[in-house]
Amino acid sequence: MSFISYLINGISLGSVYAIIALGYTMVYGIAKMLNFAHGDVIMIGAYVVLMGMTKAGLSPILAVLIAVIICTVLGVTVERVAYRPLRNAASPLAVLITAIGVSYLLQNLALLIFGANTQSFPTAIAWKGFSLAGGTLNISGETVITIAACIVIMVALTLFVQKTKQGQAMRAVSEDRGAAQLMGINVNGTIALTFAIGSALAAIAGVLLCSAYPSLTPYTGAMPGIKAFVAAVFGGIGSIPGALIGGILLGIIEIMGKAYISSQMADAIVFAVLIIVLLVKPTGLLGKNIQEKV
Amino acid sequence: MKKFTKFVSLALASVLVISSFAGCGSKEESTATNDSQDAAETSESTGADTFKIGGIGPVTGGAAAYGTAVKNGIQLAVDEINAAGGINGKQIEYKFEDDEHNAEKAVNAYNTLKDWGMQLLIGTVTSAPCTAVVEKTKEDNMFQLTPSATAVESIQYDNAFRICFSDPNQGTESAKYIGENGLAEKIAVIYDSSDVYSSGIYANFAAEAENQPFEIVAAEAFTADSKTDFTVQLQKAKDANADMIFLPIYYQEASLILTQADKMGYKPSFFGCDGLDGILGVENFDAALAEGAMLLTPFTAGAEDDATQAFVTAYEEAFGETPIQFAADAYDCVYAIKAAIESANVTPDMSVSDICDALKTAMTEITMDGLTGSGITWSADGEPSKEAKAVVIENGEYKVM
Repeated sequence: MSFISYLINGISLGSVYAIIALGYTMVYGIAKMLNFAHGDVIMIGAYVVLMGMTKAGLSPILAVLIAVIICTVLGVTVERVAYRPLRNAASPLAVLITAIGVSYLLQNLALLIFGANTQSFPTAIAWKGFSLAGGTLNISGETVITIAACIVIMVALTLFVQKTKQGQAMRAVSEDRGAAQLMGINVNGTIALTFAIGSALAAIAGVLLCSAYPSLTPYTGAMPGIKAFVAAVFGGIGSIPGALIGGILLGIIEIMGKAYISSQMADAIVFAVLIIVLLVKPTGLLGKNIQEKV
Repeated sequence: MKKFTKFVSLALASVLVISSFAGCGSKEESTATNDSQDAAETSESTGADTFKIGGIGPVTGGAAAYGTAVKNGIQLAVDEINAAGGINGKQIEYKFEDDEHNAEKAVNAYNTLKDWGMQLLIGTVTSAPCTAVVEKTKEDNMFQLTPSATAVESIQYDNAFRICFSDPNQGTESAKYIGENGLAEKIAVIYDSSDVYSSGIYANFAAEAENQPFEIVAAEAFTADSKTDFTVQLQKAKDANADMIFLPIYYQEASLILTQADKMGYKPSFFGCDGLDGILGVENFDAALAEGAMLLTPFTAGAEDDATQAFVTAYEEAFGETPIQFAADAYDCVYAIKAAIESANVTPDMSVSDICDALKTAMTEITMDGLTGSGITWSADGEPSKEAKAVVIENGEYKVM
């Protein structure tokens, strides 16, 4: 029975990683850059919800909506101010370093505004969950809602990318930015839209993360951000189903590693798996091996 | 393809860079002494006519409750002593620096205080930073008295002393206390393997447990990088039928463990050490979950004796909250220093190193009745000898067991 419990916890943790990984993977697929500030957008989203619920007394749903809006604006602003001017810079390093800079900027801003004190996160999900098998298996409301949210987001995003005009534009930009521009696609607009979606998802991930593990500091986003990045690379960066599979596998590996190998080694195991996957399949599980024509 | 590998290696390299910088953000906070002392500072700042005592501890960050309590506890004692005429007629100047429970920042804080002219150090509050700072005080031969750093290494040199129990002591005393009072039969331990305080207590708890009637059925670790998800550790404890969980960790993680255990529908009893103190003050934490939790602590605000009651009243008046044991530890620190200075006839115009040498000897000779124990004496290795007490949380308050 505890195996099932570990499995469910792993899928729940993995679902959060998957939602965060989506932000990395979409931005990488379309803008060909790694947005290291993504993890910190999660933290900002969580703080907005916390403030909305505790200071302004809003209902959880309203607080989450506001967080989504603020994070979207934040993501688009960061893209416009910090990344777009560097998009055609001579070295791809420039924008990578800028992303790290933005990450620290956000962390330190949060440190200034909210302080370094760890805040306990009030539960945004009132439902207590249910227990199976005569009380030996408890599944919390957070777990159920996290997994459900992950599935809904994945389905919606896949439909969006496959069926809508903007989705088509995204795929076109991801395949060949220059050609897409020649076909009349607004490349800057498309990239901004990608950041908007990624950041909105980050806000939701922030709430889910902090509801399940109710502690919030300005550094809360850093470790899940890095793990989600690992999940994105693991599943094949640039691939949306890859982010889902990578995230969930990573969550399961982390929890199982903790449960059956060693609770101190959980992170070491996660990163060791990443190295092995990359050695065997350098593009990740679902990554496409695109030949570059010269 | 090549481009991609390049990107990934680049990205991983930057991950390394990021993690090495993790926790670099800083927030300095220093506290000026109260008005009367500000006046004293300006009028007497030229001559070495005051004792300059520095304090270091986390007043922001995950262990902020401790640093704040220590800062306030010292302030209270310093104000009292100054109002009563000082130590041997000399006033005390006092300055406190924040270290966010971070070793690097603690060393920076120490340097800042040295520039200010500190002659004696009270601190640091938490073990890991203290272990770093003690290297510096050893180099400078500066007298150091920590209210609450419990790791053995935190006072490994002869210039450093402490008021609280050491980790080995806490681990051993906890195991004895649980065993002798028959509090549990099967115990699970959840500890932080990346923290010297936590793993130190655990090691000694486990060693003493062999002589006790209970059994350790699970010992699960976590690290600083994964200190939010405790579902696995709790599930293992539950599977092992543990009726008590021993938590030699700080209150922040403990509050998460209590919350997550409640969500799982798992209701063991909890026993912790001084790190658990402060759990009732965690923001947004449902304090009802801590009901019945026990902790080993030398001080409780609920104690009936006159000294404690006077201290609690004065503290509440000055700072608007009930003092935790760290405040009492800090308060005792100042009086221990006072007693040692008086016994060795130290004067403020002596050099830092001379003061240190004089106090080193004096500390082993004095016997002190403080808030955290009566008849406290020190051995030359800096360890205090006093009795262990435990409290239980009842109706949102600490009660003596």
